[in-house]
This record gives sequence, C-alpha cells and structure tokens, in this order.
Amino acid sequence: MDHSGISVLFEGTNFERLLGGLWVTVKIAAVALIVGLILGIVLGVLRTFKNRPLRVILRLYLEFFRIVPTVVLLFLFYYILPREMNFNLPGDQLATLVFALWVAAEMSDIVRGALISVPQHQRESGKAIGLNRYQLYRYVLIPQAISLEIPATINLATRVIKTTSLLMLISVMDVINIGQQIIEANNHTHPTGVFWVYGLIFLFYFLIDYPLSWWAKRLEKKRLERANG
Amino acid sequence: MVEQILQVEHLEKYYQKKHVLHDINFHVDKGEVVTLLGPSGSGKSTLIRCLNGLEEYQQGTITFEGKQINPTEKNWQQIRQKIGMVFQSYDLFPNLTVMDNILLGPTKVQKQDKFAAKKEGLDLLTRVGLEDYANAYPRQLSGGQKQRVAIVRALALHPDFMLFDEVTASLDPEMVRGILNIIQDLADVDHMTMIVVTHEMNFAQQIADRVIFLEDGHILEQTPSKQFFSAPQTKRAQEFLDSMDF
Ligand SMILES: Nc1ncnc2c1ncn2[C@@H]1O[C@H](COP(=O)(O)OP(=O)(O)O)[C@@H](O)[C@H]1O
Ligand SMILES: [Mg+2]
Repeated sequence: MDHSGISVLFEGTNFERLLGGLWVTVKIAAVALIVGLILGIVLGVLRTFKNRPLRVILRLYLEFFRIVPTVVLLFLFYYILPREMNFNLPGDQLATLVFALWVAAEMSDIVRGALISVPQHQRESGKAIGLNRYQLYRYVLIPQAISLEIPATINLATRVIKTTSLLMLISVMDVINIGQQIIEANNHTHPTGVFWVYGLIFLFYFLIDYPLSWWAKRLEKKRLERANG
Repeated sequence: MVEQILQVEHLEKYYQKKHVLHDINFHVDKGEVVTLLGPSGSGKSTLIRCLNGLEEYQQGTITFEGKQINPTEKNWQQIRQKIGMVFQSYDLFPNLTVMDNILLGPTKVQKQDKFAAKKEGLDLLTRVGLEDYANAYPRQLSGGQKQRVAIVRALALHPDFMLFDEVTASLDPEMVRGILNIIQDLADVDHMTMIVVTHEMNFAQQIADRVIFLEDGHILEQTPSKQFFSAPQTKRAQEFLDSMDF
C-alpha cells in the first residue's frame, strides 16, 4: 500500500479526534487560567498586607509551585496523593487543579509586583478621601495594577498552554496523546504520519500561542509609550 | 467666644529612632486660616499628615470638633471625610475620569445620591474653570488642571477643614496663581478652616490669619500673620523670612 503521509490526518475520524483532543487541552488550560487568575489576584492582594505569617505562608506556596517542575507536580497529584491520601480525581480534572494552583501561585507574584509598584501617593490620596482598605484596592490599586500586569499575565497563559503538552503523562486524552495513538495505529500504513500529526499539533499550538504573545508584546509597547508620555 | 475646631496637645512623632516632632501644641479656630511655615525638613508635612492619620504619632492627643481622636484606622476613615487634604504631587487616579475621581468619595464612601453628587461635582468643576473636562482622563490635563481637580475631589466630601501641603510646589510658575486664587476664594467665600503649608510668602502673608513657624520639629512661634511678617518674635523666623527673598 502506498499512502502519502498527510492522508493519515483525514483517515476515518482522525481529524475529528485530534480536534477533540485539542478541545480537551484548551478546556483544561482555560479553566485553569480562569480559576488560577481569580485565586491569584486574591493571593496577590493578601501578599501586600502587613500580616507577616500570612505573607510567609503565601510566599512558600509560590516557591513550592515555582521550584517543583510541573511534571513532578502532575505525578505527585496523580500517582502519589491518591495512594497516600485516598484522593481520587479523573486525570483531566486533576490536571486542571494542578494547573490552576500553579497559575494562582505565579499570578499572585505578578499581582503583588504590580500592586506594590502603584505609587505610594495613590494609596495616600485614596485614604485621604476616606476610602477603606477594600475600596482602596477595588477602585484605585487593583485597576491600576491590572494595566501593569496584563502582558505578564498573557505570557503566563502562553506558558500554561505550552505546558499542557505534559498532560499525556497522566493519561489525559489531550491532543498530543491522541496524536500519539493515531501515529501508533497507522505506523505500518503511514510511516511518515508522525511528521504530519506532529506538524498539525505544532500548528495548533502555534495558532493559539503566537497571537497571545504578539498581543502581550503590543500591550507592553503601548504601555511603555504611554508611561513615557 | 470663638469655637475651636482642632486642638493638638503634646504631640510627639518619631520615624523609628528619629525624633521629628517635639511637643507640638496648637489649636485652630473655626474659619481660621493658619499657614505653617518653616525650612525644608522642619516637619511641616509630617505634622499635617498626622492631622488626618496618614502618619502615626507616638504621644499626645488630637482633638477634632470637640472629640479627642482615638487613632485607629477605622476612626481615621470617618474623620478623613471631614478633613480634606491636597498634596504637592497632583495624584489623581489615572484609571478614572475627572468626574469619577471626584465622585469616588461622595458616592462610595459617603453613599451620596449619584445624580446629586454629579451635579455638585460639575458645579465645583465650573468654579475652578474645568467644566469641560469632566470626562477627560488625568493624563490629558496639565499639572495645574490636575491640582484643581484634586482640590475639587477633596471639597466634594463637604469637609469642615482643609489641609494643603505645598500644593503649588511642583507646578509651572504660570499655573501657580490660579491655584492660589482658588484657595483664597475658599477662605474668603466659604470661610473654610484650613492649614496651608506653602513657600509662597506673598500668598502666605495675604491669606493667613496666623502663622505657625516650625523648625527642626519644634514650634518656635505662633503669631498673627501681620505681626509675623513685619516683626517676628524669634531670630530664627526673621532669618527664615530674610532667606525667602520676597
Ligand atoms: N517616611 C519617613 N521616614 C523617615 N524620615 C522621614 C520620613 N518622612 C520625613 N522624614 C524626615 O522627617 C523630617 C521632617 O520631614 P518633612 O515633614 O517632610 O519636612 P517638611 O515638610 O517641613 O519639608 C525630615 O528630617 C525628613 O527627613
Ligand atoms: Mg513637605
């Protein structure tokens, strides 16, 4: 039999299956990002408070998720925790949880950095009109911090999306895992299929990540232009 | 008898080990304009920041409208609605329009009716010549215009007392007059009680009922304005006036 490699993509339901895998990937990344961003903003705000024990704990949380490689985190939550603590979740939910906790940790640092770089005068003029702490953060500090932190947040999102390629390691049926299955199933008929399948996956990731990183660069450039008058 | 609105007694302020205010005692009558003068670093900003709780003090008492202030952050949040403050740096909130800068205090802190507050905000903007800028963002305004909005933002809370800390010090010279006129107008028309820190000696002379002269964190004299500028009681105040070249 003589097949050109590219036809492997369109044999049977292969293409739909790949798209389905992509959807799983995107869904995990999107939910993790949304939950992580919200949690991260809360943690970032808490990290600007004076309360020392709270700050130390949140700092340790950040360092844990930053230092431990994501693969190890996934294994830890998927293989070790269930056995030790009787804590069972399907792979995709567990991956969402791990990614959300990771995003929250990174986001807390981005938010904290942005909040403390809002000039002290802003805080004082807010207090001078009688704002309480909640109002100060809600109307003055967080809105200003957000415009500072958007580029870093988008960059975090692109990292998260790229890192979803690890999901197959905990048996989630993401786009890479499905691609791998298709390659293996068609190995005899389409020996060059591996290039086409991974080529398509590359394209998928590129189409999602490139616009994001372009957008981040543009926003950062605009912000700098505005800051310099 | 004249009603006193503010009394400060035996106030002491340290920044860590550094003693910056020494046994500060003074009072301000209702409707009175006090200018706080003294060399740079003498503690003028620190003192007026203590008066609205932006700085903690280590000893002494502040009594405002007959009630001694219990200096917790919660209490200060209440009192700051009655004591407006305008700073040297014209720090409007850059994320909000001029009108939203003005409305934040009245609507969120005081829960005033938004419609009425907006109307009053516009009246105040008209008073300072900025009625066309309600929907502009701070970055579209000049320094002098921002400082006018900052004054309006403080007035929108209906304060009984205003603190001005060198509000013209970072403005271009041609902007200064306009701001000083607004403050003068507040004194003449509204009989607003205020403490004004300034290095514009002509203005100080013109607006002040009384001068408090501060040096190295000590009040060296409190003198009616006329007398202070013609014949101050202390040699240090005389030297200060001579150095100011006005
Ligand atoms: N946040 C601070 N920490 C430590 N020292 C300060 C701080 N702010 C002001 N000081 C010091 O307190 C003294 C009074 O400062 P300030 O009140 O700003 O004087 P003025 O407003 O009269 O120029 C100065 O010696 C100044 O260096
Ligand atoms: Mg000062």
